[in-house]
Amino acid sequence: MRLNRSNLCWLVLALITAGYLLFWALLLGATATYSTPDSWLQVLRSPEIRHATFLSLVTCSLAAGFALLLAVPVGYLMTRLEFRGKSWLDAALDIPIILPPLVVGLCLLIFFQTKIGKVIEMAIPFTYQVSGVVLAQFVVAAAFAIRTMRGTFQHLSARPEDVALTLGCTRFQALWHVALPAARRGMVAAFCIAWARSLGEFGPILVFAGATRMKTEVLPTTVWLELSVGNLEAAVAVSLFMVLLAVLVLVAVRATGEKV
Amino acid sequence: MIQLEQLTWKVSGRTILEGVTVAIPANTYAVLMGSTGCGKTTLLEILCGLRQPTSGRVLLDGVDVTDLEPRERGIGYVPQDLALFPGLRVREQIGFAPKLRGMAPDELNQRVNRLAEQFGIAHLLNRLPDMLSGGEKQRVALARALAAQPKLLLLDEPLSALDESMRAEAVTLLQRVQQEHSLTVLHVTHSSSEAAALGTLHLRMVAGRLEVESKG
Repeated sequence: MRLNRSNLCWLVLALITAGYLLFWALLLGATATYSTPDSWLQVLRSPEIRHATFLSLVTCSLAAGFALLLAVPVGYLMTRLEFRGKSWLDAALDIPIILPPLVVGLCLLIFFQTKIGKVIEMAIPFTYQVSGVVLAQFVVAAAFAIRTMRGTFQHLSARPEDVALTLGCTRFQALWHVALPAARRGMVAAFCIAWARSLGEFGPILVFAGATRMKTEVLPTTVWLELSVGNLEAAVAVSLFMVLLAVLVLVAVRATGEKV
Repeated sequence: MIQLEQLTWKVSGRTILEGVTVAIPANTYAVLMGSTGCGKTTLLEILCGLRQPTSGRVLLDGVDVTDLEPRERGIGYVPQDLALFPGLRVREQIGFAPKLRGMAPDELNQRVNRLAEQFGIAHLLNRLPDMLSGGEKQRVALARALAAQPKLLLLDEPLSALDESMRAEAVTLLQRVQQEHSLTVLHVTHSSSEAAALGTLHLRMVAGRLEVESKG
């Protein structure tokens, strides 16, 4: 192949991309080779880390489930209905994405000190509780799930739903019988994205739910706690486990065919 | 019978339909022609209740249905892209409306099978939309609309995706369906030959107004 200007341009772009990927490969490779597999197994057998792993899996699944329950109706509304002030609402829905994570935690902490918050806590205690971990994960994960569901509904034609309305459906039935079955891949993708976001959530959990071992400790908290006492091997082992989970989620999202 | 009285539709200050007034007698096969973007699809959507007119009235058999929801109008609608339901098999597509109305399973199966036989798609009942050709999809969309037993059928360029040989076959099918089901049909098309073959009432949309060209 002759190296003309067009080919040279592609070559430069490919080198930039390869350089970026190589940087990440080196980062992960360095982390993976820092400690031995034996020490990973030893760390992962520790009761504290097993508890944190179990709690992470449970809370992430709950937060992602709640996020999906919210994302489907909000995503459908924002895609199918035109109304005044929609662009403002659209921007407001992205607030959790742009807010610094610690600020999200602080907002939650302060809200549950207000009168309304205290009334809610009388029914379900959140502050420094496991339910607080789920809530802290949910508030951020929901924003990403909403984005994903909006993208899904935008790519689906509204025409089948229109036809369903003429065939006897109410709007809710058209959503239930036509739009949701068509959006199932997007729903899986939204759940996975919300789950992955929840898994990496640290700041809001630390501020709002605390970092109590065997109680509100999740995997990111473990990494922080182990680092703070100088136990780098444990921090590395847990980090690699989180990388593995993140890769599995990425594969699952790609398998749905949705672009996120 | 369809009656449109002074139907107007404006969007963003632009008038798409202006004072559309027409009466289409029952059991008529009306064809509507007009240039692209002149408001033909908008008119169909107003008729079946998917859009609310800015002003004017829609009457079906003398009843004002302007404020009724699409499901309360008894109108079958086949859009240009046919809009088959993704993920539903042909059997479920055709049985969609009767099932929604709570029809008993035996009766539902009978109706689906009868329509499938009538449209020559009985061998496709277990297929998904992705596994159908353009002509097969068109037949499924028609069968699905007729399963709801409408009195009025709105067709938005239903033959545009078919090649020449299949189009002739589809024209015969539409004539047969209209007669067998005693339907009033409003069929939007760009094809003069299609309009000539099917229409007993010829309408043309010009600059947002509807003109009656001829009665067959």
